Amino acid sequence: MYIIGELINGMYRNVREALAERDASAIKTLARRQVEAGADALDVNCGPLSKDPVQDMRWLVEAIQSEVAVPLCLDSTKQAVIEEGLKACRGKAIINSTTADTDKLDAYLALALKHRASLIALTVDKKGVPQDKERRLELAAFILERAAGAGLDAAELYLDPVLLPVNVAQNQLEDILRVIGDFKLLTTPAVKSVVGLSNISQGSKNRSIINRTFLVMAQAAGLEAAILDPLDQELMRSLITGALILNKAIYCDSYIEAYLKSKLKS
Amino acid sequence: MAEELKMITTWSQAVCEMRLGAGRQEGGSRKVTLTVGGEETLPFLFKEGALPHTPLIAVEIFDVPQDDEPEALRRDLRGISKDPVTWAKAMVEDIGADLVCVKLAGIHPDGANTSAGQAVNLVTKILGAVDRPLIVLGCGEAGRDNEVLPLVSEATKGERLLFGDAVQENYKTLTAACIADGHNIIAESPIDVNIAKQLNILISDLGMPLDRIIINPTIGALGYGLEYAYSIMERARNAALSGDRMLAMPFICFVGQESWRAKEAKVPASESPAWGDQRERGIMWEVVTAMSCLQAGADILTMRHPQAIKIVKSEIQELMKKAQS
Repeated sequence: MYIIGELINGMYRNVREALAERDASAIKTLARRQVEAGADALDVNCGPLSKDPVQDMRWLVEAIQSEVAVPLCLDSTKQAVIEEGLKACRGKAIINSTTADTDKLDAYLALALKHRASLIALTVDKKGVPQDKERRLELAAFILERAAGAGLDAAELYLDPVLLPVNVAQNQLEDILRVIGDFKLLTTPAVKSVVGLSNISQGSKNRSIINRTFLVMAQAAGLEAAILDPLDQELMRSLITGALILNKAIYCDSYIEAYLKSKLKS
Repeated sequence: MAEELKMITTWSQAVCEMRLGAGRQEGGSRKVTLTVGGEETLPFLFKEGALPHTPLIAVEIFDVPQDDEPEALRRDLRGISKDPVTWAKAMVEDIGADLVCVKLAGIHPDGANTSAGQAVNLVTKILGAVDRPLIVLGCGEAGRDNEVLPLVSEATKGERLLFGDAVQENYKTLTAACIADGHNIIAESPIDVNIAKQLNILISDLGMPLDRIIINPTIGALGYGLEYAYSIMERARNAALSGDRMLAMPFICFVGQESWRAKEAKVPASESPAWGDQRERGIMWEVVTAMSCLQAGADILTMRHPQAIKIVKSEIQELMKKAQS
């Protein structure tokens, strides 16, 4: 599983304060800790309260990449913010995210191609979040068609079926698990999928166990990537054990330690 | 000529490179130093990735004469195998062995029970007689090996030799000695990929860098579990190339020891006339076992018969020519 650490987000108070005070060391520590815990990439989001998200994005990207060299997942609903992040980003970037609306999708595909970035595409459009599997697949097929037309390699694309909170749309979660498998049937080689995991437990009690149970179920359904909290040790241990059960890693008594040691390439 | 490779796989990680032997500038005395590992793909798939180092052959020699040596070996090594130093020198200079593997079988308490001093003395003498790296093996009795091997390690400090074997039940003493004296270590597992991985973690937890560990996956000779060993090695190497650092080590295969233990290699023609000449049979048993291990990903083969060494060495050179073509 490709793990994108979610903790550098202006929605969290520590990040908001670090942004306001331009406290780079706080951001660097968050970056370092997530990578050490097993994150392959880091999500970067200035948060909804940022007064100058363009400058905040640049500052965050610069602070993070002075500490770690992992790909950065530039997370914003505003194109100008994503573009500023792409300009500042020295390594690999992942654009998070576009919707399936033609104008936005085409603009983001062009950006991804220009900056050799990966692109997360949500299977939603102006009409809103699909209420069933069929509509999600229809939007996924549309996204794949536009991406192929634009010339973006399918390996650079992640489809996000958009997780809804379990206390809001409980009846949709089984469909979402199934659609993760169905996405793979749309192209050869199969397109990858990603979810923003924490959404599922938004507003619930017992968030941690809801997150990790869904993650392991999605892993079994073939999910390739997730935006999550890598410092949640039980979540990570479940994920690593799930990979073992799916025969993605060779068993040994210290398989959790082995997984983390393999991640932290010196 | 084999069919061209049609599917090219891109792997995410290469096998660690292990350096054997240290020259004067590095604090050793070896004129010849060697490197193994570094594979970026499966054996001999040159179109798919780099295979930067030629697999090596180490000649297996013993500190004391072996009672159960098959006739063909005894006859063909007559005149040299009485003295390990002469034996080592002849196999390197006349036969072309890349390095020497000294098995200190004599230190076993139930065997010749030679002293630690004798072992140190012998290894030092061989180091003086050949200009290549050595592999030093204990007798397999944990207590005795833990007494003797650290002394040999200390006496050869800085030469970057390869010591073995560390096993899951007994790895700490040898690992500590090898770390302290700058040597490499052999991690042995009983044809078990899970234990191989676990032992590598245990050894690295003590502070041994991953590029100083080589895996002895344990093999069986042709007809005695070779296919099982092959699939274990294949599985480990696939995992290594796919990103599992705890299996991304080169392999050493004890071909001579295993193949000369096989009935087919040992039984004289007088007992089994239909099997033909024992010498020829034994040599081919060792050659076929060695070639199979190479195809499974072996980086170092330890071998016994001079003729088998010559044949396999020339086959390795043929196989590696494709690296240039």
